[in-house]
Amino acid sequence: MYPSPFRYHRARSLKEAASLLSELGEGSKALAGGQSLIPLMKLRLVSLSDLVDLNFIPGVSAIEQKDNQIHIGALARHADLEKSQTTAPIPIIHDCASGIADVQIRSRGTIGGSLAEADPSGDWPCVLLTLPVELRCVGPKGERTVPISKFFVDAYTSVMEHDELLSGIIVKLPPPHSGGAYLAFKRSPPVYPTASAAVQLTLEGDVCKDVGIALGCVGLTTIKAVQAEQQLRGKSIDQKSITRAAEAAMAEADPQTDMRGSIDYKRTLVRALVKRATEVAVRRARGEKVEVSHYYA
Amino acid sequence: MRDQIPLVPIEVKVNGKSHKLEVEPRMLLVELLRDGLGLTGTHIGCDTTYCGACTVLLNGNPVKSCTVFAVQADQGEIMTVEGLAKDGQLHPLQSAFSEQHALQCGYCTPGMLMSSYSLLSKSPSVTDKDIVKGIAGNVCRCTGYQNIVKAIQLAAQQTKGR
Ligand SMILES: Cc1cc2nc3c(=O)[nH]c(=O)nc-3n(C[C@H](O)[C@H](O)[C@H](O)COP(=O)(O)OP(=O)(O)OC[C@H]3O[C@@H](n4cnc5c(N)ncnc54)[C@H](O)[C@@H]3O)c2cc1C
Ligand code: FES
Ligand code: FES
Repeated sequence: MYPSPFRYHRARSLKEAASLLSELGEGSKALAGGQSLIPLMKLRLVSLSDLVDLNFIPGVSAIEQKDNQIHIGALARHADLEKSQTTAPIPIIHDCASGIADVQIRSRGTIGGSLAEADPSGDWPCVLLTLPVELRCVGPKGERTVPISKFFVDAYTSVMEHDELLSGIIVKLPPPHSGGAYLAFKRSPPVYPTASAAVQLTLEGDVCKDVGIALGCVGLTTIKAVQAEQQLRGKSIDQKSITRAAEAAMAEADPQTDMRGSIDYKRTLVRALVKRATEVAVRRARGEKVEVSHYYA
Repeated sequence: MRDQIPLVPIEVKVNGKSHKLEVEPRMLLVELLRDGLGLTGTHIGCDTTYCGACTVLLNGNPVKSCTVFAVQADQGEIMTVEGLAKDGQLHPLQSAFSEQHALQCGYCTPGMLMSSYSLLSKSPSVTDKDIVKGIAGNVCRCTGYQNIVKAIQLAAQQTKGR
C-alpha cells in the first residue's frame, strides 16, 4: 500500500522543523518513529503535501539526570527507555516502555510521538499523568513549557499548535518511599490495550502521603482518576482503602463498547488493574523489587 | 502532483553491499528491498504493521520494513534474511529452524529469523520467556510457535557453545 505522494524534508534542528511546518502549512506534518503516522498514511486516512523528518536531528533523544530531574529527549525511542538505567528510580517508566506493542515497534516509536498523538489508548500519556512532568515545546517563535495536566485537550488532540514540536519531557524524581506500577491488559502484543492503569504513590509509614492514578483506553482522553486518588491520599494503605480506590476508579472510567469488550467488561478490568497496580506500587515504595508487565488475554 | 515530487538521493548498505539510489519519498523500505534491489526474501504479510513478516534489521535494530520509508534508511545499514547464510553455509538459526520443523508454509520465516537473530545477537543466554517476548511481533499462522521457540533455543545453545 502506498501513501498518497508527498514531498520529503529533512530538518537539522527542531527549530528548523517548526519553521518548515509553519511555512508549509496545514498539509504538512512531522515524522518521528512513524509507527502511528505511516500506517495512517498507508491507509490514506491521512494525506499530506509535505513530511518533515525529525529522525536526522542530532541530540534530541538523550535520557539524562540533571539535579533532581530526568530529562528525556522527545525522539527517545520506546526501546531506549526500556533499556535506560537513568530512569531506574522511576520503575513505572520501564513497565510502560517494555510493554508497548512489540520489539520492532519499540525500536522505532518515540515517547514524543506518543504524547503528540494524544491517543486515549496510548501508554505514555497514562503513565506520565501520574508523575510531576513538564513538557517542553518549540515553535517558530520560541519555547514554552506545559505541565502534563494541561497538555491533552481531547482524543488525538494536544495543546500544541500545528507548527509546534515537543522537544523534551522533564520528570521530577519522586521523593523517598515512592513507588509506582503500570499494568495494561491486552489481547496480543502488537495491539493497543483493552484497559490500563498507572499508579504512582509516596508512603509515610503505612499512610499514603501522595498518589497519582490514571486510566487508559477507557475514555476520550486518558482519565486522571481523582476520586480514586482521594480514597488513598492521607489514608492508611490496606486492602480496604485499596478496594475503595479501585471501585472509585471503576466509576470514573467512561469506556465504550467496541471489539475489545463491553462497557461492563472494561470497568471490571479497570477495578482489577487499579487494585493490582496499587499493590505493586506499595511494595515498590517499601523497597521491594517487583517485575510487572502487560497482561495478555 | 506525482510529477512535481522530487526524488530523494539515498545511500544504503544492504547485507554489506552499498547502493546509491534515488527514491520517491513515499517508497517503503520493504518495496526498496523487494522491487528495487530484488531481495524478495523479505515478505509483505499484513502491510499494516502487525504481522512482522517484513522484519529486517536497520542499524542493528529489528524494524517492520512496511512501516519505514526508504528515505529514512539513508546512510543506514540494513540486514535482510539473505544476509544470514555465509559462503553457502546456513546460519545456525536457519539450520535449527529446519531441524526442529519450525516452519510449514514459510511465509513468516524471514521475519521470525530476523527477530530471533536480533534477540540472540544481544545475548545468546535466553529463557523461553525471553524468546516469546523477542518474537511477540511476528505472527505465524501455521506452526503454533512451539517448534519456533525450540529452534531458537537450540541455535542459542549452539551459539553459546562456540
Ligand atoms: C501495531 C501497533 C501497535 C501499537 N501498540 C501500541 C501500544 O500498545 N501502546 C502504545 O502506547 N502505542 C502503541 N503503538 C503506537 C506506537 O507507540 C507509536 O510509536 C506512537 O504512538 C507514536 O510515536 P512515533 O514516534 O511513532 O510517532 P509518529 O508516528 O512519527 O507521529 C505521530 C504523530 O505525532 C506527531 N509528532 C511526532 N513527534 C512529534 C514531536 N516531537 N512533536 C510534535 N509532534 C510530533 C506526528 O506529526 C504525528 O502526527 C502501536 C503502533 C502499532 C503500529
Ligand atoms: S507486512 Fe509489515 S508487519 Fe505485516
Ligand atoms: S510457517 Fe506458515 S506462517 Fe509461519
